[in-house]
Amino acid sequence: MGRYVVQRMGYMVITLLIIVTITFFLMQLLPGTPFSNPEKLSERQLELMSAKYGLDKPLAIQYMTYIGNLIQGDLGLSFQSEGRTVISMIGDRIGPSALIGGQAVVIGVLCGFILGVISALKHNTIFDYGSVFVAVIGMSIPSFVFAALMQYYIGVQWGLLPVALWKDYSYSIMPSLALSAMVIATVARFIRSEMLEVLGQEFVTTARAKGITEFVVIIRHVLRNALIPVVTVLGPLTVSIMTGTLVIEKIFAVPGLGEQFTLSILVNDYSVILGITLFYSALFIFIVFIVDILYGILDPRISMGGGKKDAA
Amino acid sequence: MGETILSVDNLDVSFQTNSGLIKAVRGVSFDLKKGETLAIVGESGSGKSVTAKSIMQLLPKQSTRIDSGSIVYGGNDLLEYGNKEIEKIRGKEIAMVFQDPMTSLNPTMKIGKQVMEGLIKHNNIRKKEAKKRSIELLTEVGIPYAEERMNSFPHEFSGGMRQRVVIAMALACDPKVLIADEPTTALDVTIQAQILNLMKELQKKTGTSILIITHDLGVVVNMAQRIAVMYAGEIVETGTLREIFYKPKHPYTWGLLQSMPKMHQDQSVPLIPIAGSPPDVSLMHDGCPFAARCPYVMKVCHNHKPDQTQISVTHAAACWLEDDWAPEIKQPEKIGGVSNS
Repeated sequence: MGRYVVQRMGYMVITLLIIVTITFFLMQLLPGTPFSNPEKLSERQLELMSAKYGLDKPLAIQYMTYIGNLIQGDLGLSFQSEGRTVISMIGDRIGPSALIGGQAVVIGVLCGFILGVISALKHNTIFDYGSVFVAVIGMSIPSFVFAALMQYYIGVQWGLLPVALWKDYSYSIMPSLALSAMVIATVARFIRSEMLEVLGQEFVTTARAKGITEFVVIIRHVLRNALIPVVTVLGPLTVSIMTGTLVIEKIFAVPGLGEQFTLSILVNDYSVILGITLFYSALFIFIVFIVDILYGILDPRISMGGGKKDAA
Repeated sequence: MGETILSVDNLDVSFQTNSGLIKAVRGVSFDLKKGETLAIVGESGSGKSVTAKSIMQLLPKQSTRIDSGSIVYGGNDLLEYGNKEIEKIRGKEIAMVFQDPMTSLNPTMKIGKQVMEGLIKHNNIRKKEAKKRSIELLTEVGIPYAEERMNSFPHEFSGGMRQRVVIAMALACDPKVLIADEPTTALDVTIQAQILNLMKELQKKTGTSILIITHDLGVVVNMAQRIAVMYAGEIVETGTLREIFYKPKHPYTWGLLQSMPKMHQDQSVPLIPIAGSPPDVSLMHDGCPFAARCPYVMKVCHNHKPDQTQISVTHAAACWLEDDWAPEIKQPEKIGGVSNS
């Protein structure tokens, strides 16, 4: 297990390095320069500015410098916001995004789980059809539609929650709900189909034949086995929530990381684009890593680190 | 034989499927005596497993209905029991061993825990004692290093070993009745013999009655004292091992025995299969279910269901040939490896 973790860490670093490299060079293809109005700058000013940010050096040197700084944990300075480090910019913006995303995942997983379990246990009844209906709606309607509908009804018509902006906790509720719709739908559908499959398996009958109560059968034998595949979708799902925040943050005017990301792409703020890309990638890779570890814990048939377990 | 411990009477079970109602079990009756082994023999889809599972109410509730009949155990009709009551019977009084040991154990649970589960529920004992008892049980069913193996997962066992675990689980609470639903079908031949011997040995020790469900006549000869032959949801013939193998009365039983390979058989003579295939139980008519495939079929067979005719105290067959009015027919020469007397 320990060896496996170290090995995975190694792969994670390599993956990140590849992502940084590709992003770094791709960014050079973006039209324009990091300076907002280069035509207004004199030759001398441009030179000075370029020298300050190291843009006068050959690309290869720029790349090596960036990687060198990165290893020391330095993501560089913003080209646009005077004197701000990329790390501090991410730090300022991460709070709202994490709150919205985290709440959306928690709401989504909880509601999806409950819907899915009810659906499977009450298979082919009105409860089942009801939750399948909810799941299909959540799956097929994009989150910005929910967002707009909620803003109109909850925010404007009923005045229950603030329509947009970011002042206190209540401002985070609607964005989280809008984001969670897709999570609810995905988790519910998955739990339902996995549970139905497990319920049909013989070991569930064996468990019942032992005389333990149906509740214990469901909790101990069915859920545990049904959860294994669900954990695997949670990784990609969390990531789609992360990218989903781009749109939602825009709609609700939340000062989050997604909004910052779109902004820096528009103004060619190279170091910020690189920094946020790197941050998103690292998060993604880390989540996938956690999911893999969880998978190994939940399913004993998967052994970590290639160490073969003795077979009879 | 001794007193009756489990009595199934006139059991009717039907399934709701997309193609309509299927009467999978029709009017099945049999008694299981204390300490004996009764085999229910029949081909796939004859309703053997459904009968076995309905005893413990293990059939899916949404799609199955037990239309009529009774299953009497300990003076009470199990079919009238609610969830709480049947849970006390399951595992404690009547236990079950399933067909495929590859799928009948929970893949994510240590086998020790799976054995202990029933013990803790029924015997009201603490974990420590349950653990001790489980190790004893696993040793009893022939699992070496049982104490260490308690922490193994099912995938770390071979098929035969898993079936031993399943048997240990079933016998954990000293059940009075053990239902074995095709316990050796999924195992290879050498392991089959081991598992059957194990079950016989354990039966000798504990005096458990065994109801074994199988399509394998070899298993029957090894295990059972009495046999019930099932066809298309009905029991067509019952009798002792000797009666069924030496003096079978139902043409379906003849067919079954004829299609079984024999040790000293001339290999150039092909086995004789039963012509045709089992009827679609959803399209059942009023007559004998075997009429369409029976080489001795008469007019009456198509329209009227034959009653069980008692041939001896222990032997009965549901066939019009046993009726007083039926013509004498010549039974096939060789059945069951013995010439007919």
